[in-house]
Amino acid sequence: MDIDEVVGSLESGMTIGIGGWGSRRKPMALVRAICRSDLTDLTVVSYGGPDVGLLCAYGKAKAVVAPFVTLDSVPLEPHFRAARQAGAVAFTEYDEGMFMFGLYAAAHRLPFLPTPAGLGSDVLKVNPHLRTVRSPYHDGPEDGGELIAVPPLKMDAALVHMNRADRRGNAQYLGPDPYMDDLFAKAAGRTYVSCERIVETAGLLKEGPLQSLLISRSHVAGVVETPGGAHFTLGEPDHGRDERFQRLYVESASDPEKWAAFRDRFLSGDEAAYQAAVRAWREGER
Amino acid sequence: MSTGTATRAEVCAAACADLFRGDGEIVAAAVSGMVPALGARLARLTFEPGLLTTDGGPLLTAEPVPLGAPAGDVEGWLPFRDHLWLVLNGRRHVVLGASQMDRYGNSNISCIGDWERPRSQLLGVRGAPGNTKVNTTSYWIPKHSRRVFTEKVDFVSGIGQDRGAHDLRAVVTNLAVLDFATPDRRLRLRSAHPGVSAEEIAESTGFDLVIPGEVPETRVPTGEELRIMREVLDPRGLREREVPS
Repeated sequence: MDIDEVVGSLESGMTIGIGGWGSRRKPMALVRAICRSDLTDLTVVSYGGPDVGLLCAYGKAKAVVAPFVTLDSVPLEPHFRAARQAGAVAFTEYDEGMFMFGLYAAAHRLPFLPTPAGLGSDVLKVNPHLRTVRSPYHDGPEDGGELIAVPPLKMDAALVHMNRADRRGNAQYLGPDPYMDDLFAKAAGRTYVSCERIVETAGLLKEGPLQSLLISRSHVAGVVETPGGAHFTLGEPDHGRDERFQRLYVESASDPEKWAAFRDRFLSGDEAAYQAAVRAWREGER
Repeated sequence: MSTGTATRAEVCAAACADLFRGDGEIVAAAVSGMVPALGARLARLTFEPGLLTTDGGPLLTAEPVPLGAPAGDVEGWLPFRDHLWLVLNGRRHVVLGASQMDRYGNSNISCIGDWERPRSQLLGVRGAPGNTKVNTTSYWIPKHSRRVFTEKVDFVSGIGQDRGAHDLRAVVTNLAVLDFATPDRRLRLRSAHPGVSAEEIAESTGFDLVIPGEVPETRVPTGEELRIMREVLDPRGLREREVPS
């Protein structure tokens, strides 16, 4: 597949899961392509970073489901902040562990998973759809009492960026953290993998151990090779986070004129144009 | 940086180290800044050798490593999913941050103003609800002020003593160490850092902090602790950027 085919298979109003974590291994090439598309009214499910920010900046996100939105080395995501402060986006705010149980529940086709995480906090207040349960096995002080029944985080499609994949859709991570990408793939109706490099199936174990084969082709509807597709987020070991570019992104968000200039310069063309513009910017910075 | 006496940042780091005293073989999750990360590693190199510490990422390091340095030899792996598992499992003591905190230790990192349409959107709750519900939790507040210590938090991200917190140990700030050792488990001044008066601390707190008649001084790091911080764990002085002297 190519990037436009992936985006062309999505529809307005869908719930889209996005892998990675904060500003780490985000499928930004696919996110950028969604920003260029006609898609609207998306519900975005994410351990949020600039994926959520860009989709908010382009008015693509109707709702965000997340425990946080951050750029890690820059704590706050400027476009998500602006969207929330303008009341432009609905927000389902979960604890990180609750969110993972939501992914697990969806991946296992369970109606809910119980957790104490969230009890007593305002997460319950702002999520009136959340119900609580009690253990059917004990009726005493050790039973944990009331638990939150985390409903499945169902998604129409998930987007993840991996280090390697074969053409069939078997996908591999080579960095130190898988994040929750396999859970997104198992929880979603279908998953699209972008990757740094497509390799032969027989070559998958040349760069990483068996355990690095995180996602099976049985969950993958399409693979697209997008070198630098996670830019500017962390894509180790292929590349680090582009901290200087991330700072440029944040600065540009501070003012509408600067943001318009940033969009024109980097985001007005296709992915190849983006990568070329970033290269040119980097040369100019030297 | 003075060589003879400890800087404020070093007093804070030693106070953060003391948070882990007696914890044994658990993960010290110092997620809220350089000073608590330094404190956790300092504790491990001195009085709490069983602690597990990270490289700031998913690696459990064989030895405590300097702030910002590569992991070196590794003794374990703790990617985010296992951090979230470990929260429920419990063998973990986390040092969180807070943008607001009330007298019972309810903390907010979500937003300022009305949640429906906040005046200032912050991080989001992250893991604060679960951490405070089932893990031992302490806090690191690098700027003790009335903006942080407020009568009421705008959003309860981490739960306080009145909402069923599991085990809130202490709050280390740039001015003081606070704990909850009162009959109704309200925030109390445990010790004031050297050179800081109880009045200044009270003035910088937006609610009635419980202040005992005699306020002890926060201990200063030993010579050996200072040597470890300055020469081994933080030769670049990152701690001083977080708490200017």
